[in-house]
Amino acid sequence: MKVNDLRDMLSLQVLTEGVSLDAEVLGGYVSDLLSDVMANAKEGDIWITLQTHLNIVAIASLKGITGIIIVNGRRPDEETLKKASEEGIPIMSTKESAFEVAGKLYKALNV
Amino acid sequence: MDIKDTIEGSFHIVGGDFSRAGEASTEIKSILQSLGFNKEIVRRAAIATFEAEMNIIIFTTAGILRYEITPERIKIIAQDMGPGIEDIKLAMQEGYSTAPDWVREMGWGSGMGLPNMKKNSDEFKIDSVVGEGTTVEMVIYLDNTHS
Repeated sequence: MKVNDLRDMLSLQVLTEGVSLDAEVLGGYVSDLLSDVMANAKEGDIWITLQTHLNIVAIASLKGITGIIIVNGRRPDEETLKKASEEGIPIMSTKESAFEVAGKLYKALNV
Repeated sequence: MDIKDTIEGSFHIVGGDFSRAGEASTEIKSILQSLGFNKEIVRRAAIATFEAEMNIIIFTTAGILRYEITPERIKIIAQDMGPGIEDIKLAMQEGYSTAPDWVREMGWGSGMGLPNMKKNSDEFKIDSVVGEGTTVEMVIYLDNTHS
């Protein structure tokens, strides 16, 4: 499953511009603690979080995260989106909760 | 790729500058990747460096992050002009943190920084003087892990 398949399946709103959604999604990780993501997320994961500030991009980039889904209808600031576009990390948002998004992703990936 | 000499460099990190968080570790990561180190070594070094970088940003006025890469090992030294750590044993406990609430709201300050650094290094040393600063030295051995 690719990031754009996930966008369609979950009706995600893509907030970054000009960032490819072609990467293969290998798994997912749900956390709002940044050190936890740094320690435990895997390359190819989609990261589900409610954090919206700039540092999420640096972590995603360092870990090889395929995309960030921001839940509960939260919106990242422009600085975060600009940085994400530079780093090629897609940021998407949804009104759904982390529980709902993770449940659907888990089912779709059949892990 | 073989390393014949020591490759070294350093970064100045300004305390409180969250907008540049990850810059030093991202650069160290790309240096290690360009040298052809295997993914696991790069992963460990990147995590350890990022956590060291964050501690300087969160807790101190300023610091220097230095790296030295030899054919045998990667050494990362983070030296700061910070408040120092009163009780290192306590600070090394997973979940213990002195970070203020606004830092915790950002998702930092969960008390995993120092333990993450230790976990990802083969050697870990920390020296701290209250009122002066803290120095963390981490070594990751390369062994036969060149790809």
